[in-house]
Amino acid sequence: MNWVPEVASNLASKVDAVIWFITVISLVFFILISIFLVYFAIRYRRRQENEETPYITGSHVLETIWTIIPSILLIVIFVYGFVVYKDMRTPPEDSLEVTVIGRQWLWQFKYNNGKTTLNELYIPEGRPIKLVMTSEDVLHSFFVPAFRVKQDLVGGMYTYLWFTPTKTGTYELYCTEYCGTGHSTMLGKVIVMSPQEYEKWEKGEEEKAVASLPPAELGKQLYTQRGCNACHSIDGSSLVGPTWKGLYGHEVVLQDGTKVTADENYIREAILEPQAKMVKGFGPVMPSFKGVISDDEISDLIAYIKTLK
Amino acid sequence: MANHTIAETITIPYLEEKGLLSWLTSTDHKRISIMYLLSISTFFVLAGISALLLRFELLMPGKTIVDAHTYNVLFTFHGAVMVFLFIVPGLAASFGNFLIPLMIGARDVAFPRLNLMSYWIYLLGALIILISLSKPADTGWTFYTPYSIRTGTDVILLTFGIFVLGFSSILTGLNFIVTIHKLRAPGMTWHRLPLFIWASYATAILQVLATPVIAISLLLLIAERVFGIGFFDPAKGGDPILFQHFFWFYSHPAVYIMIIPAMGVISEVIPVFSRKPIFGYKAIAYSSLAIALISFFVWAHHMFVSGMSEVAATIFSFLTFLVAIPTAIKVFNWTATLYKGSIDLKSPMLYALSFIFLFTIGGLTGVFLGALAADVHLHDTYFVVAHMHYVMIGGTIMGFFAALHFWYPKMTGKMFNEKVAKIAWAFVFIGFNVTFFPQFILGTQGMPRRYADYPPQFHSLNELSSIGSWILGIGMFVMAINLLRGLFNGEKAPQNPFNSLSLEWQVPSPPPHENFEEIPHVTDWTYGYGKKSA
Amino acid sequence: MEGVEKIEHVHGHHVDPVVEYQSLKFGMWLFIATELLLFGGLFAAYTIFRAKFPEMFAEQHLELNKTLGALNTAVLILSSLTMALGVTSIQRGKPKRLALFLLLTILLGLAFGVNKYFEYSAKFHHHIYPGTSIFFSLYFTMTGLHMLHVFAGMALLTTMLVLTLRGRFSDKYYTPVEVSGLYWHLVDLIWIYLFPLLYLIA
Repeated sequence: MNWVPEVASNLASKVDAVIWFITVISLVFFILISIFLVYFAIRYRRRQENEETPYITGSHVLETIWTIIPSILLIVIFVYGFVVYKDMRTPPEDSLEVTVIGRQWLWQFKYNNGKTTLNELYIPEGRPIKLVMTSEDVLHSFFVPAFRVKQDLVGGMYTYLWFTPTKTGTYELYCTEYCGTGHSTMLGKVIVMSPQEYEKWEKGEEEKAVASLPPAELGKQLYTQRGCNACHSIDGSSLVGPTWKGLYGHEVVLQDGTKVTADENYIREAILEPQAKMVKGFGPVMPSFKGVISDDEISDLIAYIKTLK
Repeated sequence: MANHTIAETITIPYLEEKGLLSWLTSTDHKRISIMYLLSISTFFVLAGISALLLRFELLMPGKTIVDAHTYNVLFTFHGAVMVFLFIVPGLAASFGNFLIPLMIGARDVAFPRLNLMSYWIYLLGALIILISLSKPADTGWTFYTPYSIRTGTDVILLTFGIFVLGFSSILTGLNFIVTIHKLRAPGMTWHRLPLFIWASYATAILQVLATPVIAISLLLLIAERVFGIGFFDPAKGGDPILFQHFFWFYSHPAVYIMIIPAMGVISEVIPVFSRKPIFGYKAIAYSSLAIALISFFVWAHHMFVSGMSEVAATIFSFLTFLVAIPTAIKVFNWTATLYKGSIDLKSPMLYALSFIFLFTIGGLTGVFLGALAADVHLHDTYFVVAHMHYVMIGGTIMGFFAALHFWYPKMTGKMFNEKVAKIAWAFVFIGFNVTFFPQFILGTQGMPRRYADYPPQFHSLNELSSIGSWILGIGMFVMAINLLRGLFNGEKAPQNPFNSLSLEWQVPSPPPHENFEEIPHVTDWTYGYGKKSA
Repeated sequence: MEGVEKIEHVHGHHVDPVVEYQSLKFGMWLFIATELLLFGGLFAAYTIFRAKFPEMFAEQHLELNKTLGALNTAVLILSSLTMALGVTSIQRGKPKRLALFLLLTILLGLAFGVNKYFEYSAKFHHHIYPGTSIFFSLYFTMTGLHMLHVFAGMALLTTMLVLTLRGRFSDKYYTPVEVSGLYWHLVDLIWIYLFPLLYLIA
């Protein structure tokens, strides 16, 4: 079993070193106390009812020792934790900046070249990355275990964090500040690419390759990429929002009791203006995807929904 | 009662008078204590059932029994009820009420009617919280803004209920401080006081000085929802992090309101069942006060990744390590008390030793979270959940169970079945560790807290944890049945079954209404065990 | 053998009047500490937001009616004086004068409330509510919470007045009056901080 997640950033091994350092000191104390507890409990257990015991009320020497030694160790731990923390809070000047916007229950990433992605952060290996983050609604928290970084996203202000990814691959991103019904589905991926691949991706060549797939397949990818899966199931179960299974072509009951048929136009409107015609039994929680998602993508999603019978 | 003389009432055990009304209007600290004990135990069971449901949902990835919203409501209920209706009033109001007058040699607390009023206020607060369940809140017990401003669930009633409970807590603390200052029996000097009294005293100070701050925070949160005052709403120029400062300014001292009385219990149980004087009396006594004092200056260690400044984080990290020192001193002193003792492993002692063992784990894992760099990774993961439960269950609830088994004969006048109590202890101890130890690993691996669902790689440890919760539940169930059976079938308890030297054991079991026939003159401290052979 | 009297005392009052006097007074000081921390939270919020929005505070405090505020300050200071005079009266064994001073204090509290009512109405008339801005939110929460304390103090003093008229107090026993007076002074003191902080921003 892995005790700690994969090490995939320059900070990860430093944080691990702090954790292991404290673990070793803690284990020493814990084992010592446990040994004494168990040994005393067995060695001095009551054998006869009227056993006599010595009158010992304390020892200044012992008390001084067990005040000073832990104090020194605690200060050492504090300093060590602080030194690494300082590092974690000081991004290098040449960091690549990405803007992160959190909202219920999506991650939005904005890059310098004007690209925007949802729930997938694309970064190159070996370069310091600085994430400048804010929230559009409630608190969220950006946490990638493999990088050992975490920072809250707060509305009305910018927070940041930085790290240098050291290994290509895909890493899990969690929201760790409770943000409502969809909190545990506010997941994302961090895709660390080699510098060459990243350059290709920046220029958009990657996407063209994907564009040759059939629309329903593309829609299926968008379903997870755009975070639809956080709230809409495809197996008929109700999550935060209504399921997509059997949605297309069927009647849905709205809040005011009227019924509409879920055709292309209805689905399009539901994506761009979610609060306009809300399905009965669900709350007004879906954000508008206007300007976030292209017309092409909406068509692909509709094509995908059609396949879910 | 006014028709009796003191010589008559002194022979009437406090439990004698029957009828609900005679209880609800009694100003006898012992009766009030029993009412608190029954009330908090009821809420403990309710919150415990919700915990079992939460663990059942987490048994497997995907939806097991409840949807995400219901899960969020359940963990809010579990947290709010456990904290505000069980652990905060917990030991302080139940055992504190019973023991403080008895231990210091007084007939009652300083303000008996205020004491009864505190209990009524507690009931009122509890009632409001129960009413709020018609549209239960889903904010978590921490009510972080701006989510708590925006959610459509009933946050106002829940927070108002907690606001009302705050009065109860403040008035109880105030009552105890005055009692301990003014009503000690002749000769009961500060340095002869049982350590449970020192612990209660430190707790009461925290109740009086910290509770008003949560009161104002919750009032402001209510005003935010009703009037939109904007203090915590970024959309109106407010600062959501300010709420966290307010909240933790109370809630961190509140952690010590929850744990210090349990430390007091351990300091009573260990000497009696080791037949040894407590080791380092003054160190334990003053460390309670030190913890209380320092706890006011560490609140922001809950907020290292909140967006607070790095300078503030560093200062609060340093101060956090300071609070670890008096805590460590207590653990060493308790362990040293066992040395060359005559150790009787009866159920109260088993719980007390479990306390030392588990609380040590809880305390040491707190060191990880106090260290800045480690906290960035571990914050808001299951590591925190595990740490918190090792302190709250491994600490406070073990102390609570130790107290229940230790003072049961005094409170009820009956004995329980010791063998069954030991079996229950074994289940509780094993079940607790199986439930919560895996969560340290889950947290280190990165599983966030408050997740209704989790990725498949966390499955096996979650499964183990859920199975543990059943063992723990069985243990508590057996314990409850055993204690309830004792009430009806138990043997009559002698005055002092465990040979304690403390004053409460020098009166009959159960004690009479006015506690003491004559106010005792105290000539020695409470821990003079084993003197003869010295 | 102890008499009936003693039993009454055990659960109603303290056996020893000196202990009772000390206990009640000590208890009230502790309660005052609690109250100060309650308002302390608001004062902290005030400090933080004033540092964050100095212009807003400088500008919007002009909307508040300084004259009414000053008048209310005078009313409360006067009420503290009548309260103190009341306590002195009973210490000298004059319950009738105590009753008079208690009544005066309550009336002054009422005058404060009426004044505040006009102030609030004027604000609502100008469409200023809690939530209009952070400054006015602070104004309404701080003065509103204080107003609740004035009402609580008035209720307490009314109880004292009734007890005085029933002849419960004398120069031998006046602890509840003195303790209620302490509370009234606290309410007064908080206003003395609120007035310059809200009305007189330089």
